[in-house]
Amino acid sequence: MKELMNSIKEDRLAVTDSITPLHAEYEAPDVNKGEILRYAGIPASVVRARNTSGFDDAYLKTLSEKCAKCGKGCNMSAAFEEAERTGIPNHCTEITDESASEEEKALDKMLDDAIEMASDKLTYRVSYCCVKIEFDEDGYPIFPFEQHSDDLKKNLKGCSAAIIFAATIGSGIDMLIRRFERTSPAKGLIFQGMGAERVEALCDKFNDDVVKAAKEAGLTVHPRYSPGYGDLPIDVQPYVLGLVDAQRRLGITLNGSYLMSPSKSVTAIIGIER
Amino acid sequence: MDLREYMKNNFLFLDGGMGTLLQEAGLQPGELPERWNVSHADVIVKIQKDYFDAGSNIVLANTFGANSLKFDDDELKLLVDSAFDNAREAARTSIGTQEKYVALDIGPLGRLLKPYGDYEFEDAVEAYAKTVRLGVAAGADLIFIETMNDSYDTKAALLAAKENSDLPVFVSNAYGSDGKLMTGASPAAMVAMLEGMHADAIGANCSLGPDQLIGVMEEYIEYASVPVLIKPNAGLPRSENGKTVFDVYPPEFAASIKGLLEKGVRIAGGCCGTTPEYIKAVKEVSLDITPVPVTDKNKSLVSSYTHVVEFGKSPILIGERINPTGKKRFQQALRENDVDYILNEGLKQADAGVQVLDVNVGLPEINEPEMLERVAKELQAVTDLPLQLDTSDPVAMEAGLRCYNGKAMVNSVNGKEEVMEAVFPLVAKYGGFVVALTLDEGGIPDTAEARVAIARKILAKAAEYGIAKKDIIFDPLAMTISADTTAALATMQAVHDIRFGLGVNTSLGISNVSFGLPQRMLITSTFFALCLEQGLSAAIMNPYSTEMMSVYYTFRALHNLDPNCTDFITYAQGLPKMVPAGSEAASSGAGSNTSGAGAAGTTSGAASAAGREVSQLQNAIIRGLKEQAANITKELLQTVEPLDIVQNDVIPALDIVGKDFEAKKVYLPQLLMAAEASKEAFEEIKAKMASSGNGGPTRCSFVIATVHGDIHDIGKNIVKLILENYGFDVHDLGKDVPEQDIVDKVVELHAPLVGLSALMTTTVPAMENTIKLLREQAPWAKVTVGGAVLTQEYADKIGADSYCKDAMETVRYAEEIEASLKAE
Repeated sequence: MKELMNSIKEDRLAVTDSITPLHAEYEAPDVNKGEILRYAGIPASVVRARNTSGFDDAYLKTLSEKCAKCGKGCNMSAAFEEAERTGIPNHCTEITDESASEEEKALDKMLDDAIEMASDKLTYRVSYCCVKIEFDEDGYPIFPFEQHSDDLKKNLKGCSAAIIFAATIGSGIDMLIRRFERTSPAKGLIFQGMGAERVEALCDKFNDDVVKAAKEAGLTVHPRYSPGYGDLPIDVQPYVLGLVDAQRRLGITLNGSYLMSPSKSVTAIIGIER
Repeated sequence: MDLREYMKNNFLFLDGGMGTLLQEAGLQPGELPERWNVSHADVIVKIQKDYFDAGSNIVLANTFGANSLKFDDDELKLLVDSAFDNAREAARTSIGTQEKYVALDIGPLGRLLKPYGDYEFEDAVEAYAKTVRLGVAAGADLIFIETMNDSYDTKAALLAAKENSDLPVFVSNAYGSDGKLMTGASPAAMVAMLEGMHADAIGANCSLGPDQLIGVMEEYIEYASVPVLIKPNAGLPRSENGKTVFDVYPPEFAASIKGLLEKGVRIAGGCCGTTPEYIKAVKEVSLDITPVPVTDKNKSLVSSYTHVVEFGKSPILIGERINPTGKKRFQQALRENDVDYILNEGLKQADAGVQVLDVNVGLPEINEPEMLERVAKELQAVTDLPLQLDTSDPVAMEAGLRCYNGKAMVNSVNGKEEVMEAVFPLVAKYGGFVVALTLDEGGIPDTAEARVAIARKILAKAAEYGIAKKDIIFDPLAMTISADTTAALATMQAVHDIRFGLGVNTSLGISNVSFGLPQRMLITSTFFALCLEQGLSAAIMNPYSTEMMSVYYTFRALHNLDPNCTDFITYAQGLPKMVPAGSEAASSGAGSNTSGAGAAGTTSGAASAAGREVSQLQNAIIRGLKEQAANITKELLQTVEPLDIVQNDVIPALDIVGKDFEAKKVYLPQLLMAAEASKEAFEEIKAKMASSGNGGPTRCSFVIATVHGDIHDIGKNIVKLILENYGFDVHDLGKDVPEQDIVDKVVELHAPLVGLSALMTTTVPAMENTIKLLREQAPWAKVTVGGAVLTQEYADKIGADSYCKDAMETVRYAEEIEASLKAE
């Protein structure tokens, strides 16, 4: 990645030579349970409210000395503030046995079981390449594939190169979803949520690597942009996936409606500005 | 020289990368390389000649992506023909003096097959067959199926190759860094399936460098009885000076390959990033090594799409519960096409610890071939256990074997000529591990000797079809001792003699032994233990029986088959809880324990039930506690009429949760958990009613489907579940359902209600067409639509009667329509 950023910086990036894609593989990113529930249809605010409602002030006070969950002397009020601010529950604001009602515990147990069950069935793989970007007379970026997306044009304004990537957590999650969606739709839904949370976490991890390497090289990174966002149609998917050889490298295929299998896969473009 | 003959005593060298070299020669991203067979024939010939010059025995014609999904018929033929013209020209002009062969190269179609994708298995077979026929006509010396990252897709390609040619077929899969195919198959699982279908050589290519594939190759060598091949990448790509380069160079590449050849690999080449130089280096280092002979590993294997189960080491448990014999509730499920019930039966047995599932769906009034195919496919979508296809109908057996993803168990053949002649050809074609019963035209012999004699006869006949004894498992038949007290002795003797005399695995349907006796489980489980001691390799049994499972775990611990007694300890610690709800054992008293402890009839603590007086069962449902709901129902059924439970407990509880959902007090996961709990309660009620010969309470029928072109069915499944909970007679046609199929079902049932689901804007037209057809052919039906892209406005535009934003709204709408029908 470092070498790649240096070639962007020094304008050594060849136009077509860099097409053979590169590969990145990650350990499992940390799980964010609140996000999983949010993807499964429980709004973050509800998760938050539920987590705090069971505590009375006196109880909270004892916890501020020593966290019931981790026992490490966390500052509970800081933890709640953090959760409030980010909308994401952290480990100290998760349900504790003392505060949860029986059905909340059932949901929480289902979530824990699901995380456990999926843990050895997911892979975190990215295939990416870097292309040099030039713009046509109307200001649209010129890509190895054609598109006339105003939103993408705006997103890539001023960029001289872009990382194009496909990321997937593999087909294990689809098997779990399939396994449960008919026999236990609630679990199926949890796995759906988990898949969405996991693949986004993978993209974030990869994106962080790009940002870090770019920063070191003194380059600016634009927010990642995916086919299907704004006016960039999903029918560019075959070209995007082709560029990173996604079928061979990640096993990603498209169906007749341009949807990806494994379903928890993402493609995106990250603009890099010199 | 004939390739099959040549490879017996020699290493075979393959070619190296093509795509990377074409890119260097100017192939543009997105351009289809096969078109270069015509437009840049000179480039292709040059690359292939360089490979032959470097010492390749086999060069792949440039047909990797030549299939009917990418090209029309005329162009496809032209491209395949010119691919072979080019490769033969390269062979003719090469200075190499080695044996040279040109392979038809077949890569994946690029579409994932059902159930995880949307492409039909048989369509894939047909697409591959087209390319195979063209390759055969163009004079291919062999067929090389490669870079396959899905086991089912691999089966489709190999089946097409075998059905349309007699050429040698090499099959190579692409493994990830976890040593598995993308869809989960281990190397051993691929060996089992591919050898069963008679691939001539198997192995791995692409994705990784030679060193990262060592583990995969070792597994191949351990399991495979055919030559093993490797065609790895030149390591991993990395960026250098703005260019992508591969990080393993020819000398190290060749050194790694040499190591693998010494371990037993027989066929080697390179994939992405490799060039003729790599092949030359590989050839040079191999000069001073002699090929390791290919030997029969003599393993008795069955496989699923993820793993193998090996017979002959630790005993194997085969779950017997997917079988309608003597089970009224199961028969009802089959008649009603209630596949979910069958799937649950499979999953419960998997949880109880079986390694293989027996699948018998034979009932006189159902279409068994269709049902067996459907159930096999659906089971493979939810469990990765290998299946034992259990049918006496050869047509059903073929339907099951053909669609099975892996190498199945075949239950069964016996010594009757007619049966062997019907079943053995299927096993020879599709692969399989065959249960053979030691009976013949003369019936079941009384003595062990006579049963062994039949076994010998069966082995001889199997050999005529090329089926080795490692792929046979004898069932010497357990007979009841209540009729003849010497019966068990004869069976045990036969187990012993077949296992240790003939050296073949054995299996028994254990429970027959106790038929007609009281406390059958005492006899059955002791007999199981005795048979295991005689060398029994597998049992078809009831995994819900604590006695049977206890015998299994103790036997393994006592026979040094359970290192550190780990499995036994886990089993023993879980004993009081391990009996799943709904099993026979549970109904005999264990059930009351759980319900007493958990439910206790309190309403406090359940936020959604707070302030309401609810019954125990209602409480369990509202809280989504499945086991409790089932156990309380079971207890109630002893004193309360089934329909009263539905009216007084289940429906009110669902209403409470439903209203809370509508008021946003609970959310989708909780709604579903409650629905699942009530389903458990319903299951108990249904079982009771089936056993008393009573149908069930049903409201009006509701046909539901995800429309043509759309494969999203989460929402639809949720709606279905909730509707079923409310007692509607839901007919779920699945996803991607053609317009006319929906209409036909509505007409057949004269269904008053139809629910259509679509997630994507692109499939809304299919929804509109379906509605149009319904108006013409089933004008009485009310159509409600839902799905992510739908709105009230959209629904009006396409002519739906209603738009429901979620499952509860659909229930309310259905109730409204039902009420208005009754009022008429």
